[in-house]
Amino acid sequence: MESPTKPISYLDYKGEYKGILGWIFSTDHKRVGLLYLYTMLAFFSVGAILGLLMKIQLIAPGYTIMGPQTYNSLFTLHGIIMIFIIVVPGLPAVFGNFFLPIMIGAKDVAFPRINLLSWWLYAVGILIVLTSQFMGDGPPDTGWTFYAPYSFQTATNVLPAVFGAFVMGFSSILTGINFVVTIHRMRAPGMTWFKMPLFPWTLYGTAWIQILATPVIGITLLLIIAERTLGIGFFDPALGGDPILYQHLFWIYSHPAVYIMILPAMGVISEIIPVFSKKTIFGYKAIVLSTMAIAFVGYFVWGHHMFTSGMSGRALFAFSFLTFLVAIPSAIKVFNWVSTMHKGSLDLQTPFYWAVSFLFVFMIGGLTGLVLGSLATNVHLHDTHFVVAHFHFIVFGGTGFAFMGAVHYWFPKMFGRMYDANWANLGWGIFFIGFLALYLPMFYLGIMGMPRRYYDYLPEFHGGNIFSSLGAIVLIAGLMIIFINLVRSARHGTKISEKNPWGGTTLEWQVDTPPTLENFEEIPTITGKPYDYN
Amino acid sequence: MSEEKTHIVPYKTQVIVLFVLLILTGITVAVTRLEFGALNTLIAMLVAGIKATIVLAWYMHLKYEKRLLPMLVAGVVILFLLVLFVTFFDYSYR
Amino acid sequence: MIEHRDDQGAKLGMWLFIFTELLLFGMLFVVYAVYRSMHPEAFRIAGEELDVTLGTINTVILLISSMTAAMSITAIQKGNKKLCLQLLGITILIAVIFLVNKYFEWGAKFEYGFYPGSPELHELGYGTILFFGLYFFMTGVHALHIIIGIGLFIYVALQVKKDKIHQTDHVWLENTGLYWHLVDLIWIFLFPLFYLIH
Repeated sequence: MESPTKPISYLDYKGEYKGILGWIFSTDHKRVGLLYLYTMLAFFSVGAILGLLMKIQLIAPGYTIMGPQTYNSLFTLHGIIMIFIIVVPGLPAVFGNFFLPIMIGAKDVAFPRINLLSWWLYAVGILIVLTSQFMGDGPPDTGWTFYAPYSFQTATNVLPAVFGAFVMGFSSILTGINFVVTIHRMRAPGMTWFKMPLFPWTLYGTAWIQILATPVIGITLLLIIAERTLGIGFFDPALGGDPILYQHLFWIYSHPAVYIMILPAMGVISEIIPVFSKKTIFGYKAIVLSTMAIAFVGYFVWGHHMFTSGMSGRALFAFSFLTFLVAIPSAIKVFNWVSTMHKGSLDLQTPFYWAVSFLFVFMIGGLTGLVLGSLATNVHLHDTHFVVAHFHFIVFGGTGFAFMGAVHYWFPKMFGRMYDANWANLGWGIFFIGFLALYLPMFYLGIMGMPRRYYDYLPEFHGGNIFSSLGAIVLIAGLMIIFINLVRSARHGTKISEKNPWGGTTLEWQVDTPPTLENFEEIPTITGKPYDYN
Repeated sequence: MSEEKTHIVPYKTQVIVLFVLLILTGITVAVTRLEFGALNTLIAMLVAGIKATIVLAWYMHLKYEKRLLPMLVAGVVILFLLVLFVTFFDYSYR
Repeated sequence: MIEHRDDQGAKLGMWLFIFTELLLFGMLFVVYAVYRSMHPEAFRIAGEELDVTLGTINTVILLISSMTAAMSITAIQKGNKKLCLQLLGITILIAVIFLVNKYFEWGAKFEYGFYPGSPELHELGYGTILFFGLYFFMTGVHALHIIIGIGLFIYVALQVKKDKIHQTDHVWLENTGLYWHLVDLIWIFLFPLFYLIH
């Protein structure tokens, strides 16, 4: 046992392994969360640089710095990294692992060893994906969607990329199982379902999607592997297969996966906004129910990715209708957040800036989603830059902004140090401007008809692309300020031991800073509701 | 943390369940030799569904569990059927 | 470090895993349904190529193994370690027999030139190609689960032998049993869909 006087922080704890081994073999949920964080930051940097390279290529028509084949493999790798390595595990794997047990008053997740295993599977999956870049026939050029029949016709290394994604799917499933069991079995005494904070609630919805949707991509990727190695013919028109069936299977997972990305982001925003408005969250139950509604309805809208691929007319109509339906619970949440801020005493700090800018970009992303969900406009906009702008507003603007907000919100608790607020705010400002400059012109370019996934474009699109590419450079500059500030502060920032620097009401603000090895010396008993500011 | 005593299923029940399952298997094989047209597939799926329910209830102990698990299993089955249904919105009307 | 035991939680975790398996196979059933609806006649004719007797035998023995697996839990709950081990032994034996049957069944198909990507198969038309593609893929994935099940049962039997699994702590055995019943459940649907098409 540790010293009887003062329980030791999880950062200083010395287990049976020392140094880095003490991290990669640690089953402590907080260390596993940080392992995910470091892995993600490393690959996010790679993915962002790939994005920047693509934007530099697009700064002028024709060959700027790369040819078509390089461009194809760059957007494929950019997609695989950003989707499978960053945003799908994203918030649940980092902040879910770190804060879910603390927020519900538990000492760890239900299966700590499986939790560590899921990080290992994730790491192995990444390594397998990376081999696809360096082996024989060149990096894959299919896009992250691996659409059939091209994915089994191209000579490039599709196999390792697909197999790596399959292994990471396992990791995602294990995280989901862990969270559902943790929430069902390990809530502190007195914490009934409707006294649970909202971030755990969104993690709960997310975990169910991870459990129920990820196996679909698992089997779909296995089918692609079988198709490439054995030539079975499931998706090969020459053998009677239907390539559209591949798209069905792929999107049965990959659309719910969008909700795996965005639901926990909504949870983070629901945590940040009441704390910095010093006000109880408006419509707690509405947020909970809309979360579960999104998780459920989101399972049946996959067809809106396939409006131009040749589905039957009735299917088009059904999917368009369901897509409009799923927008309702998202809008309910936005109303809740805005109402929470109404007449609150706003505390303008870095996490709050991220949360408010999240609302802004998320609304643009959501409303343009409806433009794409309507059949008539979709036919015009399908596979143009409008789509690229839309999903970057949702995935980068939604999940990415919430991720940044979460980092700045929980940073002092995680590291026991404070970052430099001025640099953090400056980084946010530059990043935000860069973001809008980068993606807003893409809506326009898309409406004018500039297709996605081409390394070249017609001269009339030049103006918008210059604007967009310069935005990318600004965005990267903002990102660098943010990262350097965070990395420096994690090592040299002012030490704080205050338990509750922001005045939050959830349980993570009642434990030590940084948390002790077992989070709670005594499991608390919950009596009141979360977000009680009265 | 054992809140309730685990239910012990008697050997006899398990043998009876097996016999019911075997009889149903016999039925489904026998039905194949009769001519009901499209109904054949329906009957085969119905019998398989009954067999699956029996396995879930007795061998997988759902009958003896608290309400949560049977509800979750039902939910997953409904989800699957809905996915199948929505997929055929495309394939039935091409 | 933090030691706590929660059998209910472990079982819930196993059920969640079973849900993932159900959806994994579920999607294969979706693929099956789509292609069968496109080529009903070809599927019927191709289905007649499969050996109903062998399929029925495998169905029956898999059901029996489900019973012995379920009984082994009763045995350990009653503290009867020896009977439990014997029942586990029978379960493993039946699983191996299932695979041997499968081996001969597949072998016969290969001899006729019916395997994925074979030139003979490719001459037989879309429906037949898809039927046999699905047949090999789905029974193959199922067989993979049987192999994993055998490994799990061997591990569990060793734990029972070492008294790591005993009368009051048998959640590992229960969860392995659940997994095995899942494998049986899948087969309950595979059998009529491939061998008994009419």
